[in-house]
Order: sequence, then C-alpha cells, then structure tokens
Amino acid sequence: MNMKKSISTWRCIAGAAALGMASQWAHAEDTIKVGILHSLSGTMAISETTLKDTMLMLIEEQNKKGGLLGKKLEPVVVDPASNWPLFAEKTRELISKDKVAAIFGCWTSVSRKSVLPVVEELNGLLFYPVQYEGEESSKNVFYTGAAPNQQAIPAVDYLMKDVGAKRWVLAGTDYVYPRTTNKILEAYLKAKGVKSEDIMINYTPFGHSDWQSIVSDIKKFGSQGKKTAVVSTINGDANVPFYKELANQGISAADIPVVAFSVGEEELSGIDTKPLVGHLAAWNYFMSVDAKENDAFIKQWHAFTKNSKRVSNDPMEAHYIGFNMWVKAVEKAGTTDTDAVAKAMIGVKVPNLTGGTSEMYSNHHISKPVLIGEIQSDGQFEVVWETDKLVIGDAWSDFLPGSKDIVADWTPPINCGNYNSKTKKCSGQNF
Amino acid sequence: MMLLIFSASPLQAQGGGDPAFTALVGQLKDGDFNDKARTISDLEASNDERAITVFKTLLAGSLYYRKDDGRVVSVKEGGDAYQLFDVLSGESLGEAGRRDVKKISINNYLRGQLRGVIARLSLSHKNTAVRLNAVKEIVKDIDADTAALLREAMSAETDEAVLEAMRVGVALMDVNSADKSTRLAAIENLGGSLLPEARLRLDALVVQDANKEYAEADADIRRAAAQALSHIESRRQIYGFLETVFFGLSLGSVLLLAAIGLAITFGVMGVINMAHGELMMLGAYTTYVVQLLMPNHIEYSLLVAVPAAFLVAGIVGIGIERGVIRFLYGRPLETLLATFGISLILQQLVRSIFSPLNRLVETPAWMSGALEINSAFALTYNRLYVIVFSLLVFAALLLILKKTALGLQVRAVSQNRAMAKAMGIRTSWVDALTFGLGSGIAGVAGVALSQLTNVGPNLGQAYIIDSFMVVVFGGVGNLWGTLVGAMSLGVVNKFLEPWSGAVLAKILVLVFIILFIQKRPRGLFPQKGRAAEG
Amino acid sequence: MPQKGLLLRILEHDTGGKIFLAALTVVAVLLPVLNLAVPEGSALHVSTYTVTLLGKYLCYALLAIALDLVWGYCGILSLGHAAFFALGGYAMGMYLMRQIGERGVYGNPELPDFMVFLNWQELPWYWFGFDQFWFAMLMVVLAPGVLAFVFGWLAFRSRVTGVYLSIITQALTFALMLAFFRNEMGFGGNNGLTDFKDILGFNLQSDATRIGLFLATAITLALSYCVARYVVNSKLGRVVVAVRDAEDRARFIGYKVESFKLWIFVFSAMLAGIAGALYVPQVGIINPGEFSPLNSIELVVWVAVGGRGTLYGAVLGAILVNFAKTYLTGALPEVWLFALGGLFVVVTLFLPQGIVGLLRRRRRKAGLKEAAT
Repeated sequence: MNMKKSISTWRCIAGAAALGMASQWAHAEDTIKVGILHSLSGTMAISETTLKDTMLMLIEEQNKKGGLLGKKLEPVVVDPASNWPLFAEKTRELISKDKVAAIFGCWTSVSRKSVLPVVEELNGLLFYPVQYEGEESSKNVFYTGAAPNQQAIPAVDYLMKDVGAKRWVLAGTDYVYPRTTNKILEAYLKAKGVKSEDIMINYTPFGHSDWQSIVSDIKKFGSQGKKTAVVSTINGDANVPFYKELANQGISAADIPVVAFSVGEEELSGIDTKPLVGHLAAWNYFMSVDAKENDAFIKQWHAFTKNSKRVSNDPMEAHYIGFNMWVKAVEKAGTTDTDAVAKAMIGVKVPNLTGGTSEMYSNHHISKPVLIGEIQSDGQFEVVWETDKLVIGDAWSDFLPGSKDIVADWTPPINCGNYNSKTKKCSGQNF
Repeated sequence: MMLLIFSASPLQAQGGGDPAFTALVGQLKDGDFNDKARTISDLEASNDERAITVFKTLLAGSLYYRKDDGRVVSVKEGGDAYQLFDVLSGESLGEAGRRDVKKISINNYLRGQLRGVIARLSLSHKNTAVRLNAVKEIVKDIDADTAALLREAMSAETDEAVLEAMRVGVALMDVNSADKSTRLAAIENLGGSLLPEARLRLDALVVQDANKEYAEADADIRRAAAQALSHIESRRQIYGFLETVFFGLSLGSVLLLAAIGLAITFGVMGVINMAHGELMMLGAYTTYVVQLLMPNHIEYSLLVAVPAAFLVAGIVGIGIERGVIRFLYGRPLETLLATFGISLILQQLVRSIFSPLNRLVETPAWMSGALEINSAFALTYNRLYVIVFSLLVFAALLLILKKTALGLQVRAVSQNRAMAKAMGIRTSWVDALTFGLGSGIAGVAGVALSQLTNVGPNLGQAYIIDSFMVVVFGGVGNLWGTLVGAMSLGVVNKFLEPWSGAVLAKILVLVFIILFIQKRPRGLFPQKGRAAEG
Repeated sequence: MPQKGLLLRILEHDTGGKIFLAALTVVAVLLPVLNLAVPEGSALHVSTYTVTLLGKYLCYALLAIALDLVWGYCGILSLGHAAFFALGGYAMGMYLMRQIGERGVYGNPELPDFMVFLNWQELPWYWFGFDQFWFAMLMVVLAPGVLAFVFGWLAFRSRVTGVYLSIITQALTFALMLAFFRNEMGFGGNNGLTDFKDILGFNLQSDATRIGLFLATAITLALSYCVARYVVNSKLGRVVVAVRDAEDRARFIGYKVESFKLWIFVFSAMLAGIAGALYVPQVGIINPGEFSPLNSIELVVWVAVGGRGTLYGAVLGAILVNFAKTYLTGALPEVWLFALGGLFVVVTLFLPQGIVGLLRRRRRKAGLKEAAT
C-alpha cells in the first residue's frame, strides 16, 4: 500500500512535467502563427479584450483574402491576466513553444518592459499599439501607438494658441507614462515661458476613485484669474469618477478644459458624457473621422462583433496599421524570418484610417496625424483641430536633458536604438 | 425610410417672422467656428426675442439641419429615428433617419459665447434662479457694457439674492472708478463676497511690483482692500475646513455602505465573505439593467434599482450560503477560501455576460450638480445623497436587528447557536436569511457606488480590503462601531490628503489601523460578554 | 556517514517527503541533461521555456512551504506572505539592478535608469551595499525577517489572533503595495525593477545560467524542505502544533506562546524571502504587483489544495495549481477564472485536507479493507 501511494504522488509530479514537454511535439508547419498577447482577465481586460477581438478580425479578413505567402494565418490567443511577470512567461511560450511569427500585444508600459528582454533574447517581433512614453526603441519591437510628440505636445500647443491657456494642471496616474509625459510637458511649457507657479502637477494611484479633494484643488488653482487647462494622463478606470466629480463640482469645459491622452471612445462608452461635452482628447484617430477606410473598418468591426453599437478607438487603429504593415513586410521579405521582416518593415507604407498613409520609420515608430477632438453628448469626438501633415514618432524626446542627443536608427551604419549623436556611442542594448 | 412628409418649402413653414432673422438662423449651419461666432453676435444684435430659443437649442446640442433642404430644425432623439421640430414654434415636423440630418456643431469657445449671450438675454427672466445664474455668468466676464446692463436690471430687481450678486458685479467695475467714495463702497461690497473674481480684483489693489512699489497709489484704498481681503480669507478658511469635513464624511459614507453588509456577514455570522465586493458589483449591474429596462424614466430608475439590487444580491447571497457556506460554519478561514473562489467566478460571470468593458449607468438629473451654499462652498448632490442614503441604510439595518423577530433570532443564533436551537429557532433558516440580508445590503451599496465610480467587473475588488478594515477597526459584531469607524477613517483620510497626497494618506491610515489593532485587538467597540468569545 | 544518517532521521515517517525529494532529484538531474545535451530537434529536448517555468513553480513551492509552516503547523493564517516574498525579490532585484552598471538606457554607472529619469542625483542610502552579492543575500533574509519580527512581536504580544490577524496581515501587504507603487519610494514605482543583465557575472539570458538558476532553486527547495521538516519534528515544532490546537492550554502549561509563534513566523518569512530572491532572476521582473493581496490569497489556496500541515502537500498544491493556471490561460483563456474559482470552492467543501488528505483517506480505507479480510 505504500507502493500505491507513492505511484499516485509520483504520477502527479511527473504528469506536470510531461505535459509541459509533450505539447512541443504537436505542431504542423502549414500555417503562419500570430501571437495575441492581451489580458483577458484582471484589471486590464477592460481595455485589452477589444484589441484581441480586433486582431482576430484582421486575421480572419487576411485569411479570406487568401492568407499570407500561400499559408493561412493562425491566431494564438493567450491570457497574461494583467500580471506582468506572466506577460514575460507567455511571450516565451508564444515564441519558443508556439513558434509564432509575430506577437501583437501589451497595453501598459510595465507589460512591455516585462516582455522586452524576452523578445530580444528569443529574437521575436512585437507590435505595440498603445500611446506610450517613448525613451525606448528596440530592434524587436515596432511601436504603432503615439510617442509623446505625436499626442502631448500638439495638444498643449492647441490649448496654448487656440484656447489661450496660461495656467496648467498636469494630472496623472503615478506610473511611467504620465511621469515621462508630464516631465516632457513641464520642460516644454517652461521653454515657452510658463512660470513654475503656473504649473500644478498631481499624481494619483491606479483606480483612484475619490477625487473630491483633487478636483477642489484644481478648481481653486483655476480661479486665479488666468485661463487654466488640465492635461490629464489619468489612466483608464480612474477617469469615470474623475469626470463625474468635475461635472458635479461645476467645472465645465468652457471654464477649465481637460485634455486627456488616455480617454477614447471605449472609455467614454462607460460614462454618461452629457456633463463632459467640450472636454478634449488628443489621439491619432477618432471613430467619427470621415474617411472611406474608416467607414469600411467600422462596418467590418460591427459585422465581426455582431453589435452595431461597438465603438472603435485609437489603439485598434494602431493594430490595424501594424498588422497591415507586417503583412506587407512579410510579402516583401518572402519569409516570416524575424530579421528579414524587421528589415523589410522599415519604409513600409500602408493607409491609416484617417485617410492618409502611415509609414514605418527607421526608429521603429510610425507617422500619424494628430487630432484633437471635443467630447460630444453621444460619446463621440468632434475633431476641432488637426495637424497639417503626418507627424513622425520620436523615440527619444528633444525636451528631456537625458535623451536630447539620443537617436534611434535601425538602418546601417547606426543600427542602434540608443545612439548618442554627440559621443557616437551605442548603449543599453542587449545583444 | 424617408419619412419626410413635410416637404413644404422652408420659407412657408418658417414664415411669419421676418426673413432676415430666418436667414440668420439658416446661416448658423454654414462656415467654420469663427463664422458661427459672428452669426451668433449678429443674432444677438438683431434684438429678436426668439433668438434666445435658438441659442439654447444650439447650446444643448439639439440644433440640426436637414440635409435635403438645409432647413434648421431642433431634434429630439427617440429610438432609431429623430423627432424634428420647428426651432421657434416647436411645431412637429415629423421624423427623420439619423443620417438625414446633421448636427450644427459648436466648440468650447462658442459654448462660452452662447452662455454669455443667453445670460445677457435672461436678466429679466421671471424665474429667480435663472436670473441669479445669468448674473453669475455675466460677473465672470464683466466689462463696462455688461455692468451697465446690470445697473439697469438692478432697478427692476426685487429678489435680495439676485440684487446682492448684481451689486458685487457692479462693484467689480466700480473699484476702478474715479470717485474715491464709490471705490471704498465697492471694496466693502467685494469684501462680503466669496467670488474668486472679487478676491482677484482686491488682490490687484494690494500687490507690490519688484521695486516694492504699490500698483495702487491711494493708501486708504489699499488699507480697505487689505482689510476686505483678510475678511474673505478667514471666511474661506472656515469653508475650506467645512469642505474637507464634507469630503471626509462622503468618503466615510462610501466606506460605511461597503462595510455595513460585511458587518452582518462577518461581524454577526463570522463568515469571511471575500465575495462581498462582487455582491456590490451585482448591485451596480442591477442598476445598469434597470436603466436599460426603463430608458425613458431614468429619474426614477434608482428608486427601482434599490429594491431590485437588494433582491438580486440577497438571492445570490442566500444561494451562496445554502450552497457553500453552511458546510463551513465554525471554520471562518475556510469560508475565506471558498468565497474567494466564488468571487472569481462571479467576476468572470459578469465579464462573460456584460463584456469586460465598463457599463454606462446614467446619473439622474436630481443627483447631478451641487447645492451651492456660496461661491466657496458647495455640496455635490450625488455625495450628499449617498451620505443620507448610507445613514438611512444604517438606520434600517439597526431597526431590523433590534426591533424585529428576525433580528432577535439573528442575535440569539450569533450569541449561542445551540441554545437558540434548543429554544426552537430554525438556525439554518436564520443563517440563510442573515447572510441574504448582509448580501442584499451589499447590493444596495452597489447602487450607490454606480453613481460614484465605474460599473465594471473589478468594482468589488476595489472596496473589499477597505471594508474589512472598517469592520475590524470599528469592532466586529458592532454596527455602531462600523458607523464610527467608517466616518472617522474617511475624515482622517481627507484631512491627511492635502498634506501627504492621496496614496500616502491611505498608507498612513492602513498603518494606523494595524497599530491600533495591536493596541485594541477587538476594535473600537469590542463586544462584551459571551459574544466576545470564540 | 553522519550526514546521511541525519537526513534519514529527518525524513523518518515522511514518505511523502521522501517521494518528493526523490522526484525533485530526478527532475533536477534529468532536466539540465535534456535541455543542454539533447539537440533541439529531438523529441526528448526540453526547452528553456519549460525549465524556466518549472523553476518558477519550484519558487512557488518554496513559498508554499513557508506558508504551510505558519498556517498548517501554527494556525496563523497569514494573508500577507506575498509581502515577504516580494521583499526578498526586491532585495535580489536591487542587486541585479546594480549589476547593470553602465549598460542601462542612460548609461549612468551608479544610478539605475528610473532614478536618472526622476532626476535623482545620488543613490538613496537604502540602496547602498546592494552591489555586493553577499549583502544582497543577507538582505533577502533580513528584510522580510525584520519586518516579520516587528509585526509579529507587536501582534502576538497583544494576542491578535485568528481572523483579526489574517486581516491585518492583509492590510500590511496592501500598504506595502501602495508604498512601492509610489515613484518617490525609489524602487521603480509601478514598473518595478527589470531589464536585468547578469548575475554574479553570468549572462541571465543564456541557457546555462537558466539551468544554473533552476538547479539552485531545486537545491534550495530540497534543503529548505529538510530544514522545515526538521523544525516541525523538533520540540519547537511540537509546541507550535500544540499552540495551533489549543493556544490557551499551551500557555497555561507554561510555554511562552508568543515566542514560539514569533520564531516560526520569522523563519517562515525568511523562507518566503529566499523564494522571492530565486524567483526574480528567473522571471526577469519584480514590481509592486507581487505585493497584491490577491497573490497572498492565491498562495493560501495552493496550500489548501495540496493539503496543509504536511509540507509536501504544500509543494504539490503549488505545482499543481500553477500548472493548471499555465495550461488554462493558454488553452482556455476565457474560462480559467471559472476553473480556478471552482477549484477553490470544491477543495474547501470536499477536500478539507487537500489532495494529500484524499490520498490518505484512500489509503486508510484500503488499510481497513485489508484488515477486514
């Protein structure tokens, strides 16, 4: 009987190990696999699930067109569950176990930072679709979301010139994206002659829900006789109570406009937008944009989700651009081999959803238009301002002392994501 | 689906008025925002009484034009189609599809302009509140012309509050007049006002430039202004203090609502219900569903949602008790594990049913905005109602426990299960109902939270730790402890916040609770006697 | 050989432990061979992914042993063990950060990237010494140990027990999480510490280093298991069990209950810290999310699933639940919370002693049958 017990215990332990190994054997080479790395549970599921659906739709559409290189595309969906170490683990699984040709995924900066060493080690490809803080350019990552110069700086320019804002509240969630953006903006505003007593910086934790004191402070800050504007890098969930409190304390967009960088159509679909009418957001895409590519995309999206009320948003467009760029680059390279595709990516041009053509540049960032929209009572944005031409994403900000001289260029002779143009040195690379 | 039965010529339908005015209204749809701004000024200058209706419709965002004939109409949304009305007469013009009409869009600048225009045109409105708001709007951006308007309106004004506001407005201009006595009077007037504009104007009188030179030459004026300013400052400090207390009570009321159900399930029954937060989430989602079911009666939706959420969460709670918890009595730490599993299941359940996105719960008009005591102190209605509501729930619960047969049985079972059973109390039935009561109250709390924060699958998690802290701090098994605990933690948090920032304030409160529990392991109001054992 | 004698004495009457150690030895010998010696195309090759994954499971297993010591043997349900784990992890992470040196994004030889970014001019005092491996290792056990000592000393002396203790341990880890989230704290804020390059001069991305880390984890786990077994078998361990079963009686008999509890609590916290330190180089990131109260609860569930108060049950539970989690998040991403949630409910309802309890019951039944015939 001792024997019996030992066998069953042993079986459990061995089974765990064996299953991990066995799954490696079973894969046939007749499809091209595409990894989708978005949280489907946990705190980030709220934003990321939509992107998973977008990717499934894009892959399905590509397969209808005959796939890629004569093969069908096969999505591999995993759930990193809003857990940052799990992002790294799942990336390792996708690249070394499932042998995916490219990964589309991540939302938060920390998830990207967690994934970064793994894609570099295993030489994978990651397409990152969310606006982010910059200060990074990896050989293995393509950044299809906005860099700070494609969102924050134009928005502040607009507020300064068209709205006449003289006092600034920079409010954000306490993590690296708002910290960097606010640092860049602070430097930028000071360069434009704004005094430091006219800038108020405030950080709150994730999911902050009690905004009474902070909104009251903003109100006091804004009643000093100069036109005040709020630049909000408040993340996701914390926005609803923030806007509710603004509305209830009687701060209207005409008194103190709030321009947000993390509030899009999807976030607004969970808010009663009537009191928010007139507050602003800066993005590279709005669902309300009049363009035939956009109409077609929305139609396709509604058909795919079988829901005519689903909204589209900026990160979805980023995936749309990124995916089409990847398809083009693979066709150009004739293979899904990482190095060949990464090389072919640079210079690829595809139509974006606002009627223009976005291009991948040698710093692995793309060109996009910058749009500023006012929130409407139906939860959509009305574009009130846009850049004349497309803006090229800048990996390293010109307004930070540490990164002023740094450039990213993945073409010879530099071939480096962190190249100091003064000292002619390439640093911080993992290979 | 074109329902344009009214294809009569626009001129005929819009006729009656003078064509110049109609043409101006028609111009609103043309050009960019600057053109629109000019048209609005022209309309105001036309001195036509009907202009204000057009402005109000435009500001509300319901001014559209028909794509086929370009006629400007006001629109009411209803289902898939729009109801069209004549802007001026309100006469119905039938329905039109969403794509047949286009909205006349405005931006923030135009909104500001419109509000000013509407205010100027509303100074003689018969409703006092409208007049008061109009005056306030004008005072924000006062100049010689609008001050003259105010002076003119003052002679006809009878309401004291409106008069007072007008006096402040006029004083803002009079401070700079040539006559010293007028200026002194104006300063005195401003000193009685808490408007930020008044303070700014006074500030300008006492500032020194870099060379220590006063901008204001007259020392008497400076002295009077400084006196008025210190008067304003001391009043602002008092109101600032009151405001912080209000914020604290409001935070406390949220904590109370979140914790009070737990005070029953945890405090009275000894069950560590980690799914408590998810029961609140169910309450919030019930509110959402109720609003979906009665889209045209949002005003009353919350009244329906409260009992509905109580029932939904209560029934789920009874289900949890019957299905899982009744097998685990006497093993509180294991109820923690099982209910944690349930909380995961419930979260994923709403994610599957309602999607992981946040749901839109509308705020009824009576809960929006603020009760303005004065310019420096306003109580937001949603917070105010939540405070009142939390106290009502507390009182109701206290009544149930102290005055009803169920309450008596609950207390009996929680104090001595075996004895209660021997006295003929159906303990299993009481357990189920008690747990249902605690869960139902969590659901009711969810209705209140739906008005303050996100309604999404993560709603519950955000409150679960806080609510345990409140119950433990207040003393397990003591409802009054929960009340005092919640309110004092809320107020302390809010007084710490300006000094330390939101995060540090919360950390300090947590550390305080940890240390407090070491000092008084049974909380603020420990249970005494038999109930304290076990 | 006195060594062997000691080991055998420790594992006397511990069949489960013997099996576990045997299995661990087999895996620890086989895996490196299959990973390094067998060519990649072969069916028997084990990928580095699997090695790292198993390494992570073993760290969790060590953490589960730590919790089982206080919960299973002493009856202290700590909902804050993730805090000790994370503190150990941060100590290791700080060492790894200092090893990056000039290879960081901003190329500052002294300051980690995030400090350069926050415009800090010099290293804060609490970062001193972490460039030395021995100091970092000392901190791996000292930081959680001291926290556990202070916390336990306060709590046990004032006789905070049961549910109250669980809840304030939860408050402790929650407060620490909020604190580490703050960028001003100097621990990298929300992003935490990442982008590690090497440990003791070995490149963290090479397969050999990963195998080395895996072996280190396996050996530490085996050693810790033996030490933990030794502790619970010792006189101290028996008193601790007595405290669990009847605290007041133990006190009236004359034992200083507080000291015993404190001792085991601190020891357990140190073990958790070691687990965290082994975890960080393998997963490549440490951030405040590790302090999350949910992690601590999940940890409790591993132990419950395996069977508490047995040590090897904790190991079994940690590996099984995490394996299921890995498998389900890949295979059925949309339903894994249902599965995980269901597992918790089922285990508490039907397997109060966990899987080990189930096996034991089976064995006892079989034994009864045998006796009957």
